[in-house]
Amino acid sequence: MANKILVFIEQRNGKIKKASLEALKAASELSAKNSFSVEAVTVGNEIEGLAELAGYGAQKVTHFKNASLENYSTSGYTESVLNYAKEIDADIIFFANTTLGKDLAPHIAVKIDAGIAADITALDFQNNEIIATRPVYAGKTLIDVKITSAKKVFTLRPNLFNAGASNGDSVEVNIVNVENPNLSVKVTEIKKSEGKLDVAEADIIVSGGRGMKGPEHFHLVEELADALGAATGASRAVVDAGWRSHSEQVGQTGKTVSPNLYIALGISGAIQHVAGMRSSKYIVAVNKDKDAPIFQIADYGIVGDIFEIVPAMISEIKK
Amino acid sequence: MKIAVCVSHVPDTAAKISVGSNAKTIDKNGVTYVVNPYDEFAIEEALKSKEKIGGETVAISLGGDANKESLRKALAMGIDNAVLLKDESERDSLSTAKALAEEIKSQGAELVFFGKQSVDYDNSIVGQLVAEILGYNSVSVAVAFEISGTNIKAEREIEGGKEVVETSLPAVITAQKGLNEPRYPSLKGMMAAKKKEIAEKQPAAIQNFVEVVSMKKPASKQAGKIIGSDASAVPELIRLLKEEAKVI
Repeated sequence: MANKILVFIEQRNGKIKKASLEALKAASELSAKNSFSVEAVTVGNEIEGLAELAGYGAQKVTHFKNASLENYSTSGYTESVLNYAKEIDADIIFFANTTLGKDLAPHIAVKIDAGIAADITALDFQNNEIIATRPVYAGKTLIDVKITSAKKVFTLRPNLFNAGASNGDSVEVNIVNVENPNLSVKVTEIKKSEGKLDVAEADIIVSGGRGMKGPEHFHLVEELADALGAATGASRAVVDAGWRSHSEQVGQTGKTVSPNLYIALGISGAIQHVAGMRSSKYIVAVNKDKDAPIFQIADYGIVGDIFEIVPAMISEIKK
Repeated sequence: MKIAVCVSHVPDTAAKISVGSNAKTIDKNGVTYVVNPYDEFAIEEALKSKEKIGGETVAISLGGDANKESLRKALAMGIDNAVLLKDESERDSLSTAKALAEEIKSQGAELVFFGKQSVDYDNSIVGQLVAEILGYNSVSVAVAFEISGTNIKAEREIEGGKEVVETSLPAVITAQKGLNEPRYPSLKGMMAAKKKEIAEKQPAAIQNFVEVVSMKKPASKQAGKIIGSDASAVPELIRLLKEEAKVI
């Protein structure tokens, strides 16, 4: 039976991503049920808080370091993580299912001949086997899978595994200076969306649909999002109509999200939209059509006029 | 140069999906299948690349005879040739990638496009797996792509922005919505596609590493409370979000 789990820790701008802490905590919870050891590996330049990964269950932390690896490089990160996975003969590798994790994990899997299961939303340990649950068909159904190869790679959906709080432990970080990293694929620039929260990472999302009646009314969605510290989302209909950018689209051909709170404004709840947000913890719907399918999955609903209700929500929250 | 595009044939996003009687796959009865939406962007980018650098384009699909429909759509849009890797078995991502990689290699394609994910199994990894199997460079979730000579400059979507990525051929690119505006097949294209032969090949049987134990419906959400029908309901909604749900 496998005995070593390696968790890839993702950093952006030298800061550890919360989704990686969640993956690490999930690994350490799995190790509590059997005799797995848990190690963390990261790649980058200066990174804060690595010693404190011990507080989330890492027994050892290794940092592959080089100034040119500060930004992501598919080739450079693959090289370092792969070298380390081989060196310690890791049996299982966890990644957070972020844009970086989704890119990196398959490269590693090929090289260690591992089966790979991506976008895991739950993990269980039964009869000495890891059973992973993953949504398919955009969450219209779920599958439980097991990986039958000796080496196993999993990527875990952000926001569903609870990282909890650190237990305060820390560990000495093993730093490996990387000589001449392989930069055949290289990030040369990062273009940030101006100060906006991304739907994939937000705890609260306020989304607008066709019921907003035109791009000129989306300031209401934005103002409500600002009042809540939320990200703004959109339905496919309004993205296809060119009212909003695709990076905001929630649903089967957009992003799949699981925030604590999802507020749907003027969204009817087409099957492809619901597929992308049904795992939200709480759903609020405001729609003038009482028969809109969105009310079937909403925890709280108001059947009424968005242009009256949303301004009232903004002023009530600001009170 | 040869440019390949891999195409999958998937249930329409508007389709209702129910669990099949084997409790491992879906019930395909009455489900309409279409070309995977992200693959349309991949096809378009393959066509644009050919217009820029010349060469020949080939569409490759792994699956049963039904996949020919998606291959015909690729041909109708302007792809030169199509290959069906005929295999009805359920494959995991790695096994799918190995079969596709073998065909891409035998075609000698050095620029390969995929949709960033198939909207059936939603792994979003097959393109990257193929790249690593072939030893090609790769850029996933591309929203911009430029090629000059053997150099590639692309942009990939990340949380809260985009990364500008530079690399070179041979390469695999996976397409995100926004990369381009896929063209509609012309009538002439559709007529020509009907007459074109789709080559059929038998891919090697490859062992799956991921086994589906069971398929199930997600726990259904209970419809909640309708709090009211005008702005007077708002204070109660906000109170519930603060005190009952504790999410704001």
